[in-house]
Amino acid sequence: MSAPRLIVGMEVHLQLKTKTKCFSHSPVMYGAEANTLVDPVVMGLPGALPVLNKEAVRLAIRTGLALGCTIADVTKWDRKNYFYPDLPKGYQISQYDQPLCVDGRLEIDDDEGNPKLVRIRRAHLEEDTGKSTHDEGGTNSRVDLNRAGTPLLEIVSEPDIASSGEAVRYLDALREIVAYIGTSDGNMQEGNLRCEPNINLVFENGDRSPIVEVKNLNSVKAVELAIEYEIERQTKAYEEEGQTLANTPRSTRGWHDERLVTLHQRTKESEDDYRYFPEPDLPPVRIPDAVVEAERDALPELPRVRRVRYQAEYGLSAYDAGVLTQDPHISNWFEAAIGTAGDGRDPKVVTNWVTGELLRYLNEHKAAITEVGLEPEQLGELIDLEAAGTINRRTAKELFRDIVKAGGSPNQLVEERGLAQVSDRGAVETAAKAAIEAQPQAADDVRAGNMKAIGRLIGETMKQLGGRGDPKIVQQVLRDLLSG
Amino acid sequence: MTHPLDLSVAEMAARVNDPGDDLTARTLVDEALRRIEVLDARVKAFLVVTPELAREQADAVDAKVAAGERAGPLAGVPLAVKDNLAVPGVPLTCGSKILGEYVPPTWATCVERAVAAGCCIVGKTNLDEFAMGSSTENSAFGPSRNPYDLERVPGGSSGGSAAAVASGMVPLAFGSDTGGSIRQPAALCGIVGIKPSYGRVSRNGLVAFASSLDQPGPFARSVDDAATLLKAMAGVDPLDATSYPFEHEVVDHGEAPASGEVLGDLRIGRVTEFGLQQEGADCAARDLVEATCTTLVEKGAEQHEIAMPVAAQGIPIYYLVAPAEASSNLARYDGVRYGHRTDDAGSLIEMYAKTRDEGFGAEVKRRILLGTFALSAGYADAYYKQAMASRAALRDAFRAAFETVDVIISATTPSPAFRLGEKVDDPLEMYLCDVLTVAANLSGVPAMSIPVGQDERGLPLGLQIWAPLGREDVMLAVAREMEQVAGCRYTPPALAAEVMS
Repeated sequence: MSAPRLIVGMEVHLQLKTKTKCFSHSPVMYGAEANTLVDPVVMGLPGALPVLNKEAVRLAIRTGLALGCTIADVTKWDRKNYFYPDLPKGYQISQYDQPLCVDGRLEIDDDEGNPKLVRIRRAHLEEDTGKSTHDEGGTNSRVDLNRAGTPLLEIVSEPDIASSGEAVRYLDALREIVAYIGTSDGNMQEGNLRCEPNINLVFENGDRSPIVEVKNLNSVKAVELAIEYEIERQTKAYEEEGQTLANTPRSTRGWHDERLVTLHQRTKESEDDYRYFPEPDLPPVRIPDAVVEAERDALPELPRVRRVRYQAEYGLSAYDAGVLTQDPHISNWFEAAIGTAGDGRDPKVVTNWVTGELLRYLNEHKAAITEVGLEPEQLGELIDLEAAGTINRRTAKELFRDIVKAGGSPNQLVEERGLAQVSDRGAVETAAKAAIEAQPQAADDVRAGNMKAIGRLIGETMKQLGGRGDPKIVQQVLRDLLSG
Repeated sequence: MTHPLDLSVAEMAARVNDPGDDLTARTLVDEALRRIEVLDARVKAFLVVTPELAREQADAVDAKVAAGERAGPLAGVPLAVKDNLAVPGVPLTCGSKILGEYVPPTWATCVERAVAAGCCIVGKTNLDEFAMGSSTENSAFGPSRNPYDLERVPGGSSGGSAAAVASGMVPLAFGSDTGGSIRQPAALCGIVGIKPSYGRVSRNGLVAFASSLDQPGPFARSVDDAATLLKAMAGVDPLDATSYPFEHEVVDHGEAPASGEVLGDLRIGRVTEFGLQQEGADCAARDLVEATCTTLVEKGAEQHEIAMPVAAQGIPIYYLVAPAEASSNLARYDGVRYGHRTDDAGSLIEMYAKTRDEGFGAEVKRRILLGTFALSAGYADAYYKQAMASRAALRDAFRAAFETVDVIISATTPSPAFRLGEKVDDPLEMYLCDVLTVAANLSGVPAMSIPVGQDERGLPLGLQIWAPLGREDVMLAVAREMEQVAGCRYTPPALAAEVMS
């Protein structure tokens, strides 16, 4: 019997990066002291009314457009009613039958590396809930309403995802896009992006396993592991207990991050009855075409498009193009370092500097590109200095490390510190002669035809020149002296 | 001699604002507090009296005047506030036990505006729990009494406010009207009460009952007094997304057209379905309204009969839409963040259930159940959605009617004040008190009740004037005319004579 086919539909809750909450003026922030980012609306005090934050709608429209969605002309708000302590009003303001964004798609690679479209059914705006924590072993629960009212875009995909790898790439692609368009931090650890895959299997004979929704996934890795775990678990439940979609209700399971398993939470015997009805406190919102078009025009080049361009325009490998475009700030920085077309900087040289020195430095120091002292133009200068033969690679790297930490202009530093490399033949000859004198054995070896020994003489000559000798000229002079 | 507290509010404010006049806000407030002291043990209009707040506000008004400034168009006028509107620092009960010791931190916008116009708050008035009722008998703190007959109800839900004004304790009061909760008690207490256009007055700080129907509004002893307060409280509010900048502003006394200009070419609509022709209707209400309309026609107005079959559906539409919204609006009273919480629960679900069981009264529970049912999967299509469709039809019917007439006139209630306890065990009978008022809330149009006379027992009755959406100016102009030429005036009850000198 061949392996069952996996079907995954993804529900993603994406916190939008507004300054204030979706329906009130309290700030949106992560990590503040509990219950300090609240106001009468967030607390659900009697008589408090929601007022729409237009910025949330704008960011939702931008995200929807980046996902290829159609933006509604008129959208409206609905109340989703249920009781829970972290839901202050006893209802969540959401969108039921007129979502802001519909019919989009997200392009990912399938497991063979071919492009694949995952269809987006809808993306609607709603408010986040607060957070409940339960004392370990105790009877007390605590509620923090700081998160309550944060604007969320719920992005619902069609069940087009066919492997755990595709699920991972779907989330990565989504995170990349929102980082490029600046609508969300997309950080799963901080809960900016939360996802709930709906998972089931189709067996060879056409039977389907019951649909399982998995919650508590705090990383992309957890999503991958949970899907893999569900494939095994659902296969076993089908083979050993005969569980199918037809005879078993849908259920919700929670991912256990230490035991690496999903655990049963509840069975959905029937659709939950949230008693949706139009939110009477908020008028419907008309979205002018001009707003949508302005957002569409302002959309930056998206990462997948950029990756293709880097390969075509700059001749980069798919790998390098991928590394460079993962983070829009790095990518933009990289392009600025190449400079405008006329500057003639070799994209491959710039790539080596960025993917090598720069990313290594950022990783080691856990720093963001925006925090370092090195401007892209300065790396350009450095590359230009090296290409012109004014400094050698070693000096360039030294300068890079200094500037990244403390800033400064490469041209100026080269001048101040007298770092320009020695390419004057007379000066190199003097040093080379001193080197031959200091290393007579090496000189004899070279004369005897062992060209490997020239390395020691090059090293010695460079030492005499304070490390600033032009390597090509040094080598040329030594060869001339020893062959003559 | 007339006490200054029995002048029109415009006169009161003018005198308080006049540095050369010895009338102070403090004098007015002290007199209102004295009258409450004398009468309220019998009328039970107030849930809490706030002498310190009132005197503090009065002293601020007087200090302003002494400093040469004007203290507003309502300077020094004592105001009673229905206890579902937030006043910071003063407990907010909504006539319910569920709010416990809750004290709001912020102002209801309309109350804040009235205070900015010079009003001084003397207390919070009684109401049916969460404004659900027509008699104040659903208050967790006991009913208020009708000043014309203490054995009868003042109407509701804003019965405390209506009784406070009618008995002469205060010249102005705030109510809220979701299905008639200002107009019906105004009618039963023989005073003026206005349900503004939906969106005219901010709902911020008004505890929601049915959000798409609720409007705060004024009670007063005369049309001009009510108009002055309405003008002060009205206007767009950034804290209420449903507040609306209507083209025509509220016109108060100073800008009103002169008497006689209005009736000449006035077209009055009489809706057949509001004609009280049905069996069992009280003759007095019908006859008084008829007589008044006849007077208007004699003065030059045209009268048009309008058939509006959907208007007969008002009560069923209302009793689906309002409870549906209420079931959601009242979900926040869950014992988690504020208000009452049971001290006897072993689980979260039990905490919710017991808190709400202990905190809410029977009528509130009935409406939460009704509304939850009307919104439930499998029933929403037949109930809530059907009601919303009929509501849209009703709105269209009023729009069409106002193409041919300037105002609609009807009775406010089918009958005068009933006895305490008379309807309390028959919710359906109680719901019919709203039969002539709910359509204004469902369609959003403004409507007001003015006194039209008394029945043979001396019980007041109300006449209702309806105007197109946003046309309070027209409505108030017609009301003023009727006050002038048809004798639609407040007549103090015998009880008030004890305090009015």
